[in-house]
Amino acid sequence: MLWVDKYRPHTLDKMVIHMEEAQNLKNLVSTGDCPHLLFYGPSGSGKKTLIMALLRELYGPSAERVKVENKPWKIEAGSRKIEVELTMVSSNFHVEMNPSDAGFQDRYVVQEVIKEMAKSRPLDIVSGNRKYKVLVLNEVDKLSKEAQHSLRRTMEKYSASCRLILCCNSASKVIEAVRSRCLSVRISAPSNEDVMSVLRHVAKKENLVLPSSLAGRIAHHSNRNLRRALLSFEACKVQQYPFTENQTVQTTDWELYIAEIAGEILSEQSPKRLFQIRQKLYELLVNCIPPEVVLKRLMLELMKKLDSELKHEVCHWAAYYEHRMQQGQKAIFHLEAFVAKFMSIYKKFLIAMFG
Amino acid sequence: MALASSQPWVEKYRPKSVSEVAYQEEVVRTLKNTLETGNLPHLLFYGPPGTGKTSTALAIARQLFGPELIKSRVLELNASDDRGINVVRTKIKDFAAIAVGAGVPGYPCPPFKLLILDEADSMTEDAQNALRRTMETYTKVTRFCFICNYISRIIEPLASRCAKFRFKPLVSDIMVKRISYICDQEGLTLQPEAMDTLCRIADGDMRRAITSLQSASRRYGHCLMKKDILNVSGVVPDEVVADLLTTCKSGVFDRAQAAVTNVAAEGYPVSQILAQMQDRAVVAQDMTDEQKARICLRIAEADKCLIDGADEFLQLLDVASCTMRALCNMPQECTYG
Repeated sequence: MLWVDKYRPHTLDKMVIHMEEAQNLKNLVSTGDCPHLLFYGPSGSGKKTLIMALLRELYGPSAERVKVENKPWKIEAGSRKIEVELTMVSSNFHVEMNPSDAGFQDRYVVQEVIKEMAKSRPLDIVSGNRKYKVLVLNEVDKLSKEAQHSLRRTMEKYSASCRLILCCNSASKVIEAVRSRCLSVRISAPSNEDVMSVLRHVAKKENLVLPSSLAGRIAHHSNRNLRRALLSFEACKVQQYPFTENQTVQTTDWELYIAEIAGEILSEQSPKRLFQIRQKLYELLVNCIPPEVVLKRLMLELMKKLDSELKHEVCHWAAYYEHRMQQGQKAIFHLEAFVAKFMSIYKKFLIAMFG
Repeated sequence: MALASSQPWVEKYRPKSVSEVAYQEEVVRTLKNTLETGNLPHLLFYGPPGTGKTSTALAIARQLFGPELIKSRVLELNASDDRGINVVRTKIKDFAAIAVGAGVPGYPCPPFKLLILDEADSMTEDAQNALRRTMETYTKVTRFCFICNYISRIIEPLASRCAKFRFKPLVSDIMVKRISYICDQEGLTLQPEAMDTLCRIADGDMRRAITSLQSASRRYGHCLMKKDILNVSGVVPDEVVADLLTTCKSGVFDRAQAAVTNVAAEGYPVSQILAQMQDRAVVAQDMTDEQKARICLRIAEADKCLIDGADEFLQLLDVASCTMRALCNMPQECTYG
């Protein structure tokens, strides 16, 4: 088992970080009631861990006995029939799903699932008098606006038998109407000290000696993402144990690859180089690195070697092309446009500087 | 028991009669008149969220028809119901065409039905167009009540068929009165500072005030302080926004980048940060009008981009960079782009 899963806290009391939030959640459900909740925060900050611990607090250990199933849904929407297959994780008390998987039909799926859940109530004896089930929806920020609008009435209508826990990265992409119906809980990314304390905690459990400088570097490399920190910690262990003070922390290969691309862009600005870079960008995209991540990372890598005057321009164009990427169809065009734009800016800058 | 306690306070304290609706005197006067004469024009309520539009519509329906008849005489449709052109052609038309039966004693029960279309501004233009004729044909037996935030989204032919009522944002005295009433009923103590904060955050939106109050009380118990209210309302702490602006003043790009990275890691919603940045920039004493204009222009663009689904980090970074260029009087246009 990976350490990330092995040392995931299972109850609200055992939380190592976000202890205050955990305590508040505990108070919240101690009255036996739970409003709709919206968890938001960057990835790797512990949203999912808190949600699972909350479910356990509500329903006891049996909430952790989950099964994964691929459920086909047949939904009648007006005159046409929609068939989608969705992966759902469910226990006796809760269902967890990723409604954005259904693509543009997400609106019908959300309503159908909630209606289906609301039809059957859990038995009193097993659930400890909780008269409602919980539906956990992931990535609600990826839901279409229509689906979010249809959620608002459904949330109110079925609130007696079904509670929603929504989970997303950015709260700005969830419409105000849905946000105002939920109790929103902001989960901030753990600070570097928090990450280090978790690393030390895991090291102690695993009987490892972890030099503090290495812990510091792992935490720094993780960009305040706890999941990443733990994964790279484990990678370090596999690579070399006992740890040494100056052991390198492995960065992921796609990041190295982007750094390499950035280096190539800076060394030569020509149509020929642009063509080579297109191949590499394709390589990243076919390996399922999301295009916005590529663009963001590429910008950060390029920024490292620029004058502050140029940085303003580069960040402007990055924002500009990322926006167009969201509106457009094919990401590669916009990635390439950004690279071309950067090359042109950089070339002009070099000519102005050195003639 | 679980049901009673889980009822949102917004529903629990919704005004039951027209005269209970706070602060919208004009509307209330007209509607009271209606209750006496039993004569009702088509209605169009518009105004910002949380000012009592839906409450008024429901209250008038209840007072006109009473709890029994309301089921057959009133149809309420809102944005979650399917409301394409098909629904207008079938469901709405069918409802509008039904003849009315006898009234029940004790209520005015005028001889028409009421069709409430909530959130009408999210109806498509086609659907609205399809309504025009329906409204006129069945005007004897059906009155329409449109509710929307933006009157400009309602097509002119529909708007001209209705009596329009604007709902004003609530002033803080009225909100304080209502909130204190709810606090008394629920046994809450609210510190004066917390009350001010609550009113400021809600900004004339009663529903938002009540929801924040309920969330806070669920999370922090019966005695609420200023920070509890701030925590649940989703407002970004003032210091964060102030810090961001100060960093922009310094003119060092790397510091701005670090600040933006930090904000992103803390998980604050960027749309909220932009709104608060704008609030601050507009009233700031130490900026020239041109600087303010440049900042606000970029904030507006970023907000649109966010709605389109653009990345939060990149947009905020660009806003920060733009603000920095404005505050340090650097040229706005790209030199090399």
